Amino acid sequence: MNGLSVWILFIAMAAGTFALRFSFIYLFGKVEMPDWLRDALKFVPASVLAALVFPALVYSDGALDISLNNIRLLAGIGGALVAWRTKNVLWTILVGMVLFWILQAL
Amino acid sequence: MNTRKQDFLTGARDTLPILLGVVPFAMICSVTAISVGLTPFEAAGMSFVVFAGASQLAVLQLIGEGAVWIVMVLTTWIINLRFTMYSATLAPYLKDEPVLRKIPFVYLLSDQAFGVTMSRFANGLPANPAWYFYGTTSAIGLTWAISAIIGAMLGALIPASWGLEFAFPLSFMALMFAAIKDKPSVIAALVGGTTAIIAKGLPYNLGLILAATLGIAAGVFAEKKMGATR
Repeated sequence: MNGLSVWILFIAMAAGTFALRFSFIYLFGKVEMPDWLRDALKFVPASVLAALVFPALVYSDGALDISLNNIRLLAGIGGALVAWRTKNVLWTILVGMVLFWILQAL
Repeated sequence: MNTRKQDFLTGARDTLPILLGVVPFAMICSVTAISVGLTPFEAAGMSFVVFAGASQLAVLQLIGEGAVWIVMVLTTWIINLRFTMYSATLAPYLKDEPVLRKIPFVYLLSDQAFGVTMSRFANGLPANPAWYFYGTTSAIGLTWAISAIIGAMLGALIPASWGLEFAFPLSFMALMFAAIKDKPSVIAALVGGTTAIIAKGLPYNLGLILAATLGIAAGVFAEKKMGATR
């Protein structure tokens, strides 16, 4: 990506995100959030984040690799245990990256 | 001291324990931005302009994979759809505030500011709820901005051979486990994740958007089923 297109991307991301942040604060008294939408939105974080995590662990150099040779999968499982217990981004990255570097060096 | 100022400062002070998590998260966003080829200025600028870490990390991963920009923008909006829930919940407390005054603070609305604000409101409403909320978003926004700059300076020192792009799935994992609160959300995550693996070959990274949609649908469906049998 070149310099200008990066900033256009950021502005598009930010404009839509601000519209979402302001949405019902702005519309208060005019439009209420429908129950079905509230029910669906609850599941956005879990499903999107899982969709980002799973492929990143089981694909290696563009090919599906569910084996002990896949160090991302192994280090990822270690990271997942930390993520599950602590729910902390920093600890998960620290443990996951150290495992990744150790497995890479072996 | 007037009560508005007091509530603003109380809001800012209540974020202190949360700021311990905000600092490294903003730094990680900058460091990983540089690892996919952005300049330090662009890396910090992204955090200033977008101010939504999870969506920034997702887009950075997509930049690294060479996705098309429309998919990056759609991914951002999908991840940030949750802000409409926060918006609907906060709306009654902000209804008497002038629109122009609300805008900068609502721009800085984050998961953390929402969490701190609502947990205080649940234990007794301050005299000026809006100003309490302004205090939380201001403290978090300022901390985020400073940390993003520090991260951008650090990121420039880290060599590419460290394989920092693996930090993306690791950070998403922590956020994912924080978002999984009950069985239906476990099902949403499993369906979203599995679909993303199967649909990985779709052009333009559209598999991500398909996976998110099916995951959400599975969560809603599971909740209806479980609610019916309860």
